[in-house]
Amino acid sequence: MKSLQELAAIRDRMKQTVNTREAAHDTTRIVVGMATCGIAAGARPVLNAFTEEIARRELSGVLVTQTGCIGLCQYEPIVEVTMPGQDKVTYVKMTPDKVARVVSEHIIGGKPVAEYTIGAR
Amino acid sequence: MNVLDVAQNSVAAGATLIRITLEADEEQGLLTLTIADNGKGMTPETLAHVTDPFYTTRKTRKVGLGLPFLKMSAEMTGGTLAIESEVGKGTVVTASFGLHHIDRAPLGDVASTVAGLIQCSPDIDFVFTVRAGGEEFCADTREMREVLDGVSFAEPAVAQWLREFIGENTQPILQRSNII
Repeated sequence: MKSLQELAAIRDRMKQTVNTREAAHDTTRIVVGMATCGIAAGARPVLNAFTEEIARRELSGVLVTQTGCIGLCQYEPIVEVTMPGQDKVTYVKMTPDKVARVVSEHIIGGKPVAEYTIGAR
Repeated sequence: MNVLDVAQNSVAAGATLIRITLEADEEQGLLTLTIADNGKGMTPETLAHVTDPFYTTRKTRKVGLGLPFLKMSAEMTGGTLAIESEVGKGTVVTASFGLHHIDRAPLGDVASTVAGLIQCSPDIDFVFTVRAGGEEFCADTREMREVLDGVSFAEPAVAQWLREFIGENTQPILQRSNII
């Protein structure tokens, strides 16, 4: 069973990594559209998959968060990735099984997965 | 169920504390969901319109479906939706469902829902309580925040822990009461 003691251990691990990086401007943000349209299209499992993958690989400086409706409901679940020094990349029709590739090639490798982006549609 | 959608209203209302309670009452045959916030509240005029799908406070488009959907899913199980609100104090949304009604939507993955909500609004405090069959579990982010000592709920490792923590603690209670 998960406990608050475990949370304390996660905190200690996080504190070590947080200290070695600077704040806001070098944070990578993974933003999942979570309005009614996104939720209906399956955004929550996508958000969970990103969270899981980032935690599993123990990446620091990566935040997974949400936004409202982006206005392209037919392309949901939509995920926007903003990395320091790069233009925003918009992934459309995301599924949990596309997540691992986005994390390894884009978040870690720095090279967007072109075939999943809105430009490929 | 659309807890995520409705709780988002509380976030937008500038709430600093949101209490989400899920309570099963076998005797009355009711499953009650309460979302209570200390946000900016609503005027009686706004309150009169919130369950109208063609009313919304946002400017981007003309429909607002969060509360109308909740009302519909509650009423089709013989339940009700009640909203109390006072400007400057906050809002309480209470939806009751027929616990064993055939049309009651499945609860779904409540742990993911609540953990996701906390992860995406890491600066707001949440108290999530599940009460069923004489058992109770309560997750309070204020307690966790103390432990975290400045580390954000938006950190994936923390969010992951949170989802498992809520899941492992609520799942057995809900299962024993045959709710999921």
